[in-house]
Amino acid sequence: MIAILLGLPALGALVLGLVPLPSRSARIVGTAFAAATFVVAVVVAARFDYGAGARMQDVVDDRWLPAVGVRFHLGVDGISLPLVLLTALLVVLCAATVADRLMMSVVLLLEVGMLGTFVALDLVLFFVFFEVVLIPMYVLIAVWGGPRRRPAATKFILFTLLGSGLMLVGFLVMYGATGTFDMTALARAHGRGVTAGTQLLAGTLMMVGFGVKSPMWPLHTWLPDAHTEAPTVGSVLLAGVLLKMGTYGFVRIVVPDLPSAAHDLAPALGCLAVAGILWACLACLALARGEHADLKRLIAFSSVGHMGFVLLGIATLTSVGIQGALIGNVAHGVITGLLFFLVGGVKDRFHTSDVTDLGGGLLAKLPALGGLLLVASIASLGLPGLAGFWGEMLALLGSYSPAAGLSRPLFVTLTGLAAAGTVLTAVYFLAMLRRVDFGVVTDRWRGERITDAAAVDLVAWTPLVVLAVGIGVWPGLVLRVSESAVRGLLG
Amino acid sequence: MSLTQSIDYAAISPPLVVVVTAVVVLLADLFVPPSLRRLLAPLALTGSLGALGVTAWLATGGTRSTFCLAGGGCSYVADDFATYFQIVVLAALVVVLLLSFPLFDERERVPSGEFLALLLMSVSGMLVVAAGRDLLTLLIGLEVVSLPAFVLVGLRRGDPRGVEAALKFFIFSVVSTALTVYGIALAYGATGSIELHHIARALTTLHAGSGAMSATAAAGVVLVLVGFGFKVAAVPFHFWAPDTYQGAPVPVAAFLSVASKAAGFAGLIVLLTVAFRPYADVWGPAVGVLAAVSMTVGNLVALRQRHVVRLLAWSTVAHAGYLLMPLAVASGHLRDGVRATLAYLGIYAAMNLGAFGCVVLVRRTRPRLAVDDLRGLVSRAPATAVAFAFFLTALAGLPPGVAGLFAKVVVLRAAVDGHVTWLAVVAAVNTVIGLAYYLRLAAVMFLPADAAEPADVRDGTRDWPVAAGVAVAAAVTVVLSVYPQPLLHLADLAAF
Repeated sequence: MIAILLGLPALGALVLGLVPLPSRSARIVGTAFAAATFVVAVVVAARFDYGAGARMQDVVDDRWLPAVGVRFHLGVDGISLPLVLLTALLVVLCAATVADRLMMSVVLLLEVGMLGTFVALDLVLFFVFFEVVLIPMYVLIAVWGGPRRRPAATKFILFTLLGSGLMLVGFLVMYGATGTFDMTALARAHGRGVTAGTQLLAGTLMMVGFGVKSPMWPLHTWLPDAHTEAPTVGSVLLAGVLLKMGTYGFVRIVVPDLPSAAHDLAPALGCLAVAGILWACLACLALARGEHADLKRLIAFSSVGHMGFVLLGIATLTSVGIQGALIGNVAHGVITGLLFFLVGGVKDRFHTSDVTDLGGGLLAKLPALGGLLLVASIASLGLPGLAGFWGEMLALLGSYSPAAGLSRPLFVTLTGLAAAGTVLTAVYFLAMLRRVDFGVVTDRWRGERITDAAAVDLVAWTPLVVLAVGIGVWPGLVLRVSESAVRGLLG
Repeated sequence: MSLTQSIDYAAISPPLVVVVTAVVVLLADLFVPPSLRRLLAPLALTGSLGALGVTAWLATGGTRSTFCLAGGGCSYVADDFATYFQIVVLAALVVVLLLSFPLFDERERVPSGEFLALLLMSVSGMLVVAAGRDLLTLLIGLEVVSLPAFVLVGLRRGDPRGVEAALKFFIFSVVSTALTVYGIALAYGATGSIELHHIARALTTLHAGSGAMSATAAAGVVLVLVGFGFKVAAVPFHFWAPDTYQGAPVPVAAFLSVASKAAGFAGLIVLLTVAFRPYADVWGPAVGVLAAVSMTVGNLVALRQRHVVRLLAWSTVAHAGYLLMPLAVASGHLRDGVRATLAYLGIYAAMNLGAFGCVVLVRRTRPRLAVDDLRGLVSRAPATAVAFAFFLTALAGLPPGVAGLFAKVVVLRAAVDGHVTWLAVVAAVNTVIGLAYYLRLAAVMFLPADAAEPADVRDGTRDWPVAAGVAVAAAVTVVLSVYPQPLLHLADLAAF
């Protein structure tokens, strides 16, 4: 089943890349492939034994490259399943809006890499899928992006490759110490037989790799540019899925395989995470209150903050914190994906996403689009009852009582600072809403006839709204799936 | 004592077939009417494919040795190591021959008979280097590689650039050979033997002591390393490479960057891992430094290149660094290191030949070969543009060129397992620098063309063999991207 999950989008990318279909049919064919992949993902979820979320299920394990000890090993467990579903869903929603054949092909190729990263159970295979994502995303930004797209795309790919190159060395150090690339075997071993020094070396190298992707302050500088210049589809997938590949790597590889390194690095990770939260808040505050700020840039910076909470949750090394990280991952994917869709919608209609140029009164002028922006922003700032709340709450909770052996005073301080971050997040989102959504329509737009969200847009965005509310009201949707798997990780 | 030696002709059949083909081509060039000269290249191609077939047959059998001494030890051994290199070199030869077809147009003024014969002779030297197991055989093999190569570089009539390139290449090569000869002489003087296993035994005892002889042997080892550093174009012995590659016809540059480099590595590996193994503590760190400097300088300078061939030339300097890296491992892990270098070399040959092949195709319409001339290639020649981009991603080590990624994984793994993690980190950082220029080159092809488009000077003749050569390289690279196991397995068998 998992092989089909990866094969379908690969086939779709190939077909769309080679067969010169007209754009209209390319859109239908591409969306059909994406939808079929989503159906497969749902079938995988339906067959999943939720009583045994810690066990790898639907496993494929074949010989591939015995000469280097690499196996073709795939599977899902409670940690990867929600991310697989999120990825497949977001790609369907994206594909429905893509009108270019080659862009569709690139998006499907991207899906192969994203899904592959979440289901790979061999370190080299994981690395290959991790890298498969790079070129399609580079192409998405560099070809279909905004006016300064080329430097942004280059910055994105060079930063990410720097991280993943060092990460690969980290994997190889692990291999040198244990003699296996098998992630399930490494997780079972919990770092037994690997000296603390080796673990620290491998862990630090991997932390750079996953940190760039997550993104972790101060390795985040590629992200605002990439998001600002990327087309809507690129931004949605970048925020919704690509960033999760970094935090997923921390949870899947660093925490279980290198427990001693995770323990040594946790204070540093926690501090960088909180630095990221506060940095992002201040940057967003400046953007939301300043002149000529790009909405996409603002949301990109807010992503740095939200991912900071996810990283903080991981740094606590507690079951609660990591659960918070996982639900935070999913929630951020849903909400920020929605926000980028909405800003993309605004940009399509007004041909600008500049806060000053837009003026105000979006809610009055376009009630549906403005209303959804209001809902998504409030979800993003972490209002209880919506999805964004749980990740932040659990990360703070975990950080207040971190794992045994971690410095309690440090983490309590971090909790306080991160809590201040949640307040600042609310401040800048509300400031943004006040300027864009509320108020009166400026003279510039008063006479223009601008159509509100069409039915097709609403169909595409509704699943995300439903999920944002659904996970907010019933977080067990995600937490119950991952609960036993997280306990397994911590050993 | 018999004065006649019994020779195992099966063992030496690969170089034999190539030499015979070279002679036949040269004679045919003299005696056939000019109208039939266009058949020379197919003739050479047939001979090369024959040699490839013979080598493949040889590889399936056991080890064959010939030119053996009464006291044990053979000068020429066709073992798995030798046949691995011979197959790589001959396969490269086939592709280079396909790429060379456009050279024989009137416009290019390259005499086909001489060109083909020289190419084949140079290859025969490479085949001997791969199988040579004493110092003299290796040295003669290397000379046979180099001498025709000087002429090949400057063969285009009335091209001052080519002459300059050939002269530069000649001088550097002669200096490097002199150093190698001196090193070999010192090693011989210290050990009293030219047979590699004897040398190894003698060096083991020498190394244990610390007399003047031990220092002499160490000096010899270092000098040989320097000489081969020139051959494989490792920094700081690389200065000839960019000018020579740029001045030479593009297929010759492809030949030098793949086949010649492979021959250099064959000789280097045999000498270091067999004869000089006891001195691994001397040459190991030196190789590590050479590797680190080569990849870093090669990649950094490539960043600034505006000419496609020069850019690729500097990239081959960087790749020499990646190829050297696994040889710098701790001596207990040397076999794994050799295996990694062999595997990398096989993958590198396919992707680098492909990239140069695309340059040959591009050159038909854009003879200046500036990077900016590639603008809009995707709309003029979509297949070439896509293939070129694919080879460049492979050289960068990034999907979709997964073959290059496997190659990087293999050499990095050898470095980490062999306790030179610092070198692996340098290499990992280097992949980023490398990506920057490969990607820029690949991206230029997908930009819209300039408004002031220079008129195409395309004539379309003799393009299909080049396309076939590129297709072969692409097919091999694609297969290696999906399932490199056979190559990795062969490299494993070949390593010693």
